[in-house]
Amino acid sequence: MATTATTYDQVVAVHGTGAGERRRVSVGRVLAWTVLGLIMLVTLFPFYWMLRTAFSNGAALSSEPSSLLPVEGTWGAFKRVLGLATTAEAQAQGGSGAALDIGRYLLNSVIVSVCITAGQVFFGAMAAFAFARLRWPGRNLVFFVFLTALMVPPIFTQLPNFLLVRDLGLLNTYAGIILPFFFMTPFAIFFLRQFFLSIPREVEEAARIDGAGAVRRFFRVILPMASGPLLTLTILQYIQAWGEYFWPLLVGSDEKVRVITVGLGIFRAQTPQGTPDWAGLMAGTLLAALPIVILFALFARKIVNSIGFSGIK
Amino acid sequence: MATTSRSARTRGLTLSRGQGLRPDSNGSRRERLTALAFVAPALLGFVVFYLWPTLRGIYYSFTDFDVFNRPVWVGLQNYVEVFGDATFGNAMKVTVEYVLINIGTQTVLALLLAVLLHRLTRSVLVRSVIVLPYLISNVVVALVFYWMLDAQIGITNQFLGWLGLDAIPFFGDQNWAIPTIALVNTWRHLGYTALLLFAGMIMIPNDVYEAGRVDGASEWKMFWRITLPLLRPILALVLVITVIGSFQAFDTVAVTTGGGPGDATRVIQYYIFDLAFQRYRFGYASAVSVVLFLILAAVAFVQLRLMRADESDVA
Repeated sequence: MATTATTYDQVVAVHGTGAGERRRVSVGRVLAWTVLGLIMLVTLFPFYWMLRTAFSNGAALSSEPSSLLPVEGTWGAFKRVLGLATTAEAQAQGGSGAALDIGRYLLNSVIVSVCITAGQVFFGAMAAFAFARLRWPGRNLVFFVFLTALMVPPIFTQLPNFLLVRDLGLLNTYAGIILPFFFMTPFAIFFLRQFFLSIPREVEEAARIDGAGAVRRFFRVILPMASGPLLTLTILQYIQAWGEYFWPLLVGSDEKVRVITVGLGIFRAQTPQGTPDWAGLMAGTLLAALPIVILFALFARKIVNSIGFSGIK
Repeated sequence: MATTSRSARTRGLTLSRGQGLRPDSNGSRRERLTALAFVAPALLGFVVFYLWPTLRGIYYSFTDFDVFNRPVWVGLQNYVEVFGDATFGNAMKVTVEYVLINIGTQTVLALLLAVLLHRLTRSVLVRSVIVLPYLISNVVVALVFYWMLDAQIGITNQFLGWLGLDAIPFFGDQNWAIPTIALVNTWRHLGYTALLLFAGMIMIPNDVYEAGRVDGASEWKMFWRITLPLLRPILALVLVITVIGSFQAFDTVAVTTGGGPGDATRVIQYYIFDLAFQRYRFGYASAVSVVLFLILAAVAFVQLRLMRADESDVA
């Protein structure tokens, strides 16, 4: 009865990939690949378009709207959003000339997102463990009540929370932006509980018979077995925190704690000559997306391969 | 899961130090305290940042609170107003239309994509590409598509031009605006949803498929007979999360149309935002939120009941 947490690679080593051993070329296969190719194309194209536009001269975009290559290729848009271009240069390329400090906003986003994610995943795993692997009266009721938090429209809690943060004197501080998300997110608990539930009882039972207490079973048995889902959740929650827009706008619009999404929103509102500064906007969005994409590139193999674990064999 | 008689359970509780505890007992005192400790941080966050503001919000919904003055109790007046509010009715209609288009396309495509990832190719590259849209924030996605779908110089309309079709004002037309925003968000969430479903599929033992293949079952048949039934807990999770999220679409609307043209994209969340932060009618906005909350709770409850999310067929 050896049940161990396994990575995807190990699963493959044991089970095979499930893809047909003999690759027969059939109509179904060709069709399936076509569909997959199409989905990938539609997925990637907007990224390319962001790139192409960001390297274009904003003022010349409308003259060649369908050119696949950047129009009059230039770094101008990046200089503009990083505050390195003079007002005259910026306006010559369709910018507004307003000062912008995207570097600072990116740093703020990193600080806020790391703190939020660390809290959510760890505390979420603790709670999920209690709901999935421990027995206590009222367990399911409390879980259901937690679950209802998922249904409470964020906008509903945000103004009372705004008043709370204001009363605590935490407006325009990192703490004010982080706190409401830090201790709990229903999604993390719900997500991990589903995975914890599917870990066979016998595994934990063995540790229990060896005299392991709950804390040790949590760290030594459950967490390692759920490492795939945990890593997935960490990445998902980080991305979520990074993309948060409404709340930071409410409590952290101040320049010194302003995060990237809020910065972009403000930039979008500065519309010169009636049309948005498309090139500048795309340079900004690219810089906002880049740190996350790089992070993902570093972990991609690990993330997509570590999702899931084998059950009882 | 064995069931024990009452006497066995009592005996389990009298064992010293909680050792040798039956897995199906109600837990020793020590286990109960441990559980409390494990739940404590989440409970703190729940009470302070969910429960307390929720209670405050419910209280405000019975008042005329405008953020600046002390709230005055007005009883059910706000709720009476909600049911006669044409803008609210329109907001609900628009939101339901959005959810149906968004969740319909997203779920079907995500299932298809997850199956392709599971049965056709397990290339890491493919899976990484698929997840990319989810990495970028709503604000960024909204801005990129706002640019690509621009009525004059957006690439989409250039493309339609090559095909000899008329340009479509995607965000500026009453009929196009909601489907456009719904599909933009489908684009963003498709890979993430497929990833979650795929994670569930990985947990299905492969020998089930082997047996199916030996019996000569087609992929189509195996999907309906094996994958879908065994995927139910994860699918339930995914559906509940995405439907509730979809009902609360806001960022995309805020960045692109601002609720327009007319009221065509004034989804419920945006209407509440309007009431609370533009017109400072916070009491009334809270009442609308309560109604929305009740609708969401009912939808989620029905879904979980239908899917029986608690029971996994795999483990």
